[in-house]
Amino acid sequence: MAGSGTAHLRGDKALLSVEDLVVDYPGKAGTVQAVSKVSFDVLPGETLGIVGESGCGKTTTGRAVLRLDRVTAGRIRFAGEWIEQADERRMRALRRQMQMIFQDPVASLNPRRPVKDIVAEGLAIAGSPADERAAASATVMSQVGLDGERFADMLPRQLSGGQAQRVAIARALAVGPRLLICDEPVSALDVSVQAQILNLIEDLKAQYDLTVVFIAHDLGVVRTISDNVMVMYLGKVCEFGDSAEVYANPAHPYTRALLDSVPLTDPDKGFAGPALEGDVPSPLSPPHGCRFRTRCPLAQDRCATEEPQMNEVRPGQHAACHFPLPPTT
Amino acid sequence: MTQSDVKAVPEAAASWGDGAREPVVPRVSEPRSVLVYLSYGWLFAVVAVALLAGVLPLASFAVPVGPPRQAPQLGSLDLLLGTDSQGRSILSRCAYGAQVSLVVGAAAGLVGAAIGTALGMPAGYFGKRADSLVRLVADAMLAFPPLILLLALSSILTPSVRTLLVGLTLLIVPSYIRLARANTLAWAARDFVLAARNMGAGHRRVLTREIMPNFLPTLGAYLPVVMAALIVAEGSLSFLGLGIPPPRPSWGGMIAEGKDSIAESPHMVFVPSFVIFLTVFALNQAGDHLRHRFDRTLRG
Repeated sequence: MAGSGTAHLRGDKALLSVEDLVVDYPGKAGTVQAVSKVSFDVLPGETLGIVGESGCGKTTTGRAVLRLDRVTAGRIRFAGEWIEQADERRMRALRRQMQMIFQDPVASLNPRRPVKDIVAEGLAIAGSPADERAAASATVMSQVGLDGERFADMLPRQLSGGQAQRVAIARALAVGPRLLICDEPVSALDVSVQAQILNLIEDLKAQYDLTVVFIAHDLGVVRTISDNVMVMYLGKVCEFGDSAEVYANPAHPYTRALLDSVPLTDPDKGFAGPALEGDVPSPLSPPHGCRFRTRCPLAQDRCATEEPQMNEVRPGQHAACHFPLPPTT
Repeated sequence: MTQSDVKAVPEAAASWGDGAREPVVPRVSEPRSVLVYLSYGWLFAVVAVALLAGVLPLASFAVPVGPPRQAPQLGSLDLLLGTDSQGRSILSRCAYGAQVSLVVGAAAGLVGAAIGTALGMPAGYFGKRADSLVRLVADAMLAFPPLILLLALSSILTPSVRTLLVGLTLLIVPSYIRLARANTLAWAARDFVLAARNMGAGHRRVLTREIMPNFLPTLGAYLPVVMAALIVAEGSLSFLGLGIPPPRPSWGGMIAEGKDSIAESPHMVFVPSFVIFLTVFALNQAGDHLRHRFDRTLRG
């Protein structure tokens, strides 16, 4: 996999488009390219799922879009405005329209501030008066299914993971965002609570007209919530397409391998397919050509010499692979 | 586990239902040390005496109240702890000496903590050059032998409370720079700081609203320990004759005056020494207690 290229972008209609995004971390041993020429876009009202293993650059991508991480190269357009060069003052205004939900809900809340302050923080920064803040925080608290009065004076450590994540969602909603970037919002939660939070995100998305970028490593969670899905590997895009299509007929061998590694519900059958061999190569010196070739069962000589570009394999489904898989159905 | 143990479990479980043998879980009480309460009591007494020294029925610290070198005796309040080589009341001199020790300890401690935090917090938050510079300053200050610095200051400038305050503050600043910087580094990496920035918060707001409230208790709990060290430092300087100029009494100065007659009148040394010991001990106890009490992050 390993694809660069922008063939899968859908033009000016997108609320967010990212072109050839690169994020470098210079270190003593060399430069780690956490995100390497990643492109994607999200249409208004759409939910884009980003999946991949740990360390594939999902989270870095999400943070780079908000310019919370330094962007080395690439272009980011939000609501028609190129923001990769926007100054800090402009970014502070823009970030309010692009809110983020974090993986560890308790760590994403200041341990010394009561819930009512946390939820109203965005409004306090904007300088709204106290009564307006109180009203708004009561509204969003009820929207996320928490009893505002009961939780108002609680500290984050008194909340369960699910409650804390609801507070974090309420905090994001309070500033009226258009785009919600959810960075593994349910992976730290119990399965039963995961479902509640996913449903909550779906409901709020409809109610507030949100566009959602949903980053996760759990394929099932992403399938449930996403319209489109983007698969990443070692800082590159592998596959992008309609979520039902990608899950039913993966075109990229890596997507196939990811789907195969999910345990089946019948314990006797084990896994859907063979497990991937080996480990993710070091991002300090990624393989040349296709970055997935070292673990790809279909790799050939061409994969080592030529980096595959994104191209349309089937209508609405793009993959960066020289030898895309045929549809299985 | 024996057979009968296994059988006993369901029986015990069943009996909980009727409330007859509900398991009683004793409340876990935090170990409270009598020493801590005694320490707070002593500190309160010292502060009260220092504040009210002028109102209390104490003799003046500069006027003889009886024959010199009287041992501690009952009967008269002024003679309770004996008299010094000029016949002045040691009780009164200890009370007025407390003013100096407490003012020096509290003022130098607070000012030093404020300056250190003001330097260390931005260093930890912004990193890069600001951080290198502040760290260099702190390390250089820490490398300087403290007593030499104080002696140098006192001999260049005239010994006075102000000189002493400046010198002692300089001693405290680097420790607080390091404390504030390390704490800021730890807290600034947390997701809630990112979330606040994402809400549009500026650096100043992030520092004062998100990061500082989280480490202030830790730094505050260190303050009594620092004050104890400062009181000892002030005592050492006064003992060397470079502290508070006479006739104003200070605990260290009293020890210095009494040292020549320690064989005949040991109380002249031991009374102020014991007062310093108790105060420093109490401050350290209070510091430990406060850290335990307020470091909520340690307790999850």
